[in-house]
Amino acid sequence: MAKVKLTLNNETRTIDVEPCETLLDVLRDKLGMKSPKCGCDRGDCGACAVLIDGKSVRSCLIFAIECEGQHITTLEGISGDQLSILQEAFIEFNSFQCGYCAPGVIISATELLKSNPHPNLEEIKEALSGNLCRCTGYQPIFDAILKASKETKK
Amino acid sequence: MAFSHSFEYFRPGTLAEALSLLDQYKGDARLLAGGTDLAVHIKENMATPPVVIDVKRVTDFPGSRVSPKALYLNASTTFSDIVNHADLRKAYPMLWEAARSVASVGIRNRATLAGNICSAVPSLDVAPALLCYDAIVHVASSSGTREISIHDWFISPRKTACLGTEIMLGISITAPAVKHSGIYLKQGRYRGEDLAQAGLGVLITSDLQYRLAYCAVGPIPFRARAIEAVLNGKVLTAELISSAKAMVQDTVHPITDIRSSKEYRLHICEVMLERGLKAVEQRLNGAEFDSAEILGG
Repeated sequence: MAKVKLTLNNETRTIDVEPCETLLDVLRDKLGMKSPKCGCDRGDCGACAVLIDGKSVRSCLIFAIECEGQHITTLEGISGDQLSILQEAFIEFNSFQCGYCAPGVIISATELLKSNPHPNLEEIKEALSGNLCRCTGYQPIFDAILKASKETKK
Repeated sequence: MAFSHSFEYFRPGTLAEALSLLDQYKGDARLLAGGTDLAVHIKENMATPPVVIDVKRVTDFPGSRVSPKALYLNASTTFSDIVNHADLRKAYPMLWEAARSVASVGIRNRATLAGNICSAVPSLDVAPALLCYDAIVHVASSSGTREISIHDWFISPRKTACLGTEIMLGISITAPAVKHSGIYLKQGRYRGEDLAQAGLGVLITSDLQYRLAYCAVGPIPFRARAIEAVLNGKVLTAELISSAKAMVQDTVHPITDIRSSKEYRLHICEVMLERGLKAVEQRLNGAEFDSAEILGG
């Protein structure tokens, strides 16, 4: 076991981990963050996406021990006390059905809108190309992100 | 799913420290950069290293430099670093397009160019660019540094000229002395997050020198030098392109796998050569377009 100190959703946390434990497992089982999901477990589906120092990553492909001193943000940290403009738009467009991909999609879209507040459809597709959704056919997801980007001040 | 394989983990802060660990655990250690390959391999029991040395916190890799004349990208460089580099995109469009074609944003934020080159899969998207630009790979061991030509780097699938006691420091490229442009074409089953069925890099210079390199259609990525020789010094005409295309069947050596049949790969390699040559010529003359549009899909 080794100690890892990291910042999770703006809170400092210290945990004991085995080197072989993934960030995904540690977030869900030791830190109580249930939004990142295990889908493919090999980096293809995006269900486990979280932000490390503001950049989206696949938490299933990262050992928790690698994250010493880093800032991890999960969906729980993005919502805070109220939903983001993006999350409101997802509700408006009924963008999700089963919802399994939703946390990962919101993480990817949040990262996109931060670096590129007014993306076009192609840029949205590119940003979400690593997030698989088997329910919606993606259109309501793209619609919601476009709407949210219009509500973000120019 | 937790990893079934357990290992000892080290996080050196300097190159000297990393090299000394590598010497100490000779043969038992694997270097961890972005981990997007290694983590999958460990999970699927394709790799069972007793020791993992995480080089992400090594702070003294030589610094990256990008200029139109030359490029040095150190081992910390992620694909997102490349994709977000406007000057690199302008000066080395082929390398930029190859980096952008790798996986998805969430992988590119983590995966490094160095890790990718060291993985040395046949479908390595950046390989055609590195081969066309005659890149040099810089590696270090506890006994010093050495430079390895990219043409000597790829030995066989997943095997490189880098020794187990060496750490890759970075890659360097010297741009052609005359005006030049390049393009990377990637054919996949769909756009976004797929390995190449075939990849082609084309470099053209204003004095009509051509460089061509394929990936995913042979055991290692390679330059198509016989075709280059037919093209060199000549202005592109329909006739010349036909002669070049006629040589493709003897140049590439694809296999049938989960992503494509051998026959499809043979066919698409010809199509890619024709479209790549025409597009790179237009680009040399100032045309601006997205290479992802050239093969459609």
